[in-house]
Amino acid sequence: MAASDVSPAAGLTVSPPGVLFALLGAASLWLPFLTLRANRIVAGEGAAPWEVADPIASTAALIAIAAGLTLGLLPSRPWVRFAGSLIGLAGLVVLLALGAATLLKGADNLARVSPAAGFWCLLAVIMLLMADAIGGLRPGPRLRFALLAVVLAGLAVLLWSGALNDLSPMQEYRTRAAAFRTATWRHVALALGSLGVAAAIGFPLGILAFRRDRVRAVTLPVLSFMQTIPSLAMFGIMIPILGWVGDTVPGAQSIGIAGIGFAPAFVALLLYSLLPVVANTVAGLGAVPATSVEAARGMGMTAWQRFWTVELPLALPVILAGLRIVLVQNIGLAVIAGLIGGGGFGTFVFQGLNQTATDLILLGALPTVLMALVAAILMDIVVEIAQPTLNRKYP
Amino acid sequence: MIEIDQITKTYGEINAVDAVSMLIETGTITVVVGTSGSGKTTLLRMINRLVEPTSGGVRINGEPTDAIAPYLLRRRIGYAIQGHGLFPHQTVARNIAAVPRLLDWPADRINARVDELLTLFGMDPDEFRDRFPQELSGGQQQRVGVARALASRPDLLLMDEPFGALDPIIRARAQDDLREIQRKLGSTIVLVTHDMDEAIRLGDRVGVMDGGKLVQYGPPEEIVERPANGFVANMVGDAERPMRLLSLIPVRDLTEEGAAEGSTVPETASLRDALSACLWTGRDAVPVERDGAPIGRVTLAAIRHRVGQHP
Repeated sequence: MAASDVSPAAGLTVSPPGVLFALLGAASLWLPFLTLRANRIVAGEGAAPWEVADPIASTAALIAIAAGLTLGLLPSRPWVRFAGSLIGLAGLVVLLALGAATLLKGADNLARVSPAAGFWCLLAVIMLLMADAIGGLRPGPRLRFALLAVVLAGLAVLLWSGALNDLSPMQEYRTRAAAFRTATWRHVALALGSLGVAAAIGFPLGILAFRRDRVRAVTLPVLSFMQTIPSLAMFGIMIPILGWVGDTVPGAQSIGIAGIGFAPAFVALLLYSLLPVVANTVAGLGAVPATSVEAARGMGMTAWQRFWTVELPLALPVILAGLRIVLVQNIGLAVIAGLIGGGGFGTFVFQGLNQTATDLILLGALPTVLMALVAAILMDIVVEIAQPTLNRKYP
Repeated sequence: MIEIDQITKTYGEINAVDAVSMLIETGTITVVVGTSGSGKTTLLRMINRLVEPTSGGVRINGEPTDAIAPYLLRRRIGYAIQGHGLFPHQTVARNIAAVPRLLDWPADRINARVDELLTLFGMDPDEFRDRFPQELSGGQQQRVGVARALASRPDLLLMDEPFGALDPIIRARAQDDLREIQRKLGSTIVLVTHDMDEAIRLGDRVGVMDGGKLVQYGPPEEIVERPANGFVANMVGDAERPMRLLSLIPVRDLTEEGAAEGSTVPETASLRDALSACLWTGRDAVPVERDGAPIGRVTLAAIRHRVGQHP
């Protein structure tokens, strides 16, 4: 990110991260780009990037990738580097779509083509280049939101167009489209729902912990301890506890409380969410300048007015940063819910692990990663909007 | 008029403020000076009931301060503190408008008041209205803090070390500005400081506090010339006393008939300035002028005699 700050006068004519990306990208070209396998579970054979499609198309796509990485070398021109990352990404996607179709031509019906190490490395390098370029652009919240929308729209068009339908994870998707939709909503419900409940409990608890030393002395260590329980163990612990609740409390089972399924997963995520919410609420309120609170008191604000107009707005960026941590963490952790029948993308991950079907694992993992990334970017934008004074400059 | 009557604040066994009584005239600046722990800030905070007195009370224009809820009382009393206490997430205009908004003033009246105050404090409203506090210099932040405290035309302005965070040159200017604005608006101000220079420079009356007690309360001349005890004398500083005294007396008081050589001093300057001019240029007298016309002179001998008059 700092590369754009380096002036050419300092004697540097290339962007240092750009050099790294170019070298890593070039090295990635020597890894297998796609894997062709006889069926979905056997090991396959790798194909180099220049072997996957007909020579003209391969060459064009490779030139685009190389051109993108080369544009990424230019320092102090983040727009050019951003364009470079887009060109490189386009080349990569074209090669992926063409390669899958070409490799499958004449192959057996059960044969599968999956992206291999070369593709993933190139994708990572190009995304890093894009992130570096965007960092150099210092986009405001609106531009960042627009960029995110454009990238997501591009991805949606690509998936709907069917250009990638020959790839194995997409084939896995086609056989379970309905289950995928259910899993998506379930994943969102787990991650966002537990966040919402954690916020509803955590804010008041955080405010109380900030005001009362004794509450803080008890709350924070207990919540920290819960955070140290390994996630698999936490989901495991929930099974007997909620199972017992479901069996003994009248009516509990009828609202879905049982040892396995949605409820234990939800509660486990909720317990993990509490610490960041409470700790950041305490930290945010603690960071409010004491003189501002004193002035608010001295000018005759009631406790309620002081809280809403001074303390909360000043603590909000830190509190939101806590919610960002929780949201991203929950989207990732919700995968483990699949293990105890809680649903979500984890279902595909664990099915895939059982069947040693890598592409089914990817069907669960890739949307999880995408969802976490989008959530992180959106929350960053919200945090920035909550700080009206940030990035403002006067001549 | 503010009447402080036998006010006391006890923390445990210790009297932080011990039976302090003061009369504060409307339209004057009263400075309470003392070392840290002398109880001066506690005294100030009892006036707007940020601290509740253990015993005794305060009346503002005859009305006891405990007759209304503390937050309503505070909306009638301006309050400016060290480090300004501006709200960092609000613009300058919104900061200044804080109390008028609490009082539900209509928007156009608030906007007019904000512009009026910014102009009064020498800050162009169009340039500064929409800035955030961190986009201002220290001196500007301090002025906005005082403007905010004055926004609703309070009966009384309390200031707790308002210039403590400023460097000496800006502090001197801020003190002059405060004096000038106070004259213009006729505000009643109670200011707390640990700096005797500031007390003598600003105060119409100065109260000296030590160990929770008000040990002396009077005009600055009296504090300098006739310190009530060793503590006050020490606060004034033995070596500083002649100069402090001279700085309080205008040249016009000692102007006599006659001529003198060299550059003139205005009649409103202090004797300290006149003495300084004599010493620096090796003269025994300096000419005094009023509106540019010479009206007489002030002599080194007269200055020496005046200083020697102290009891």
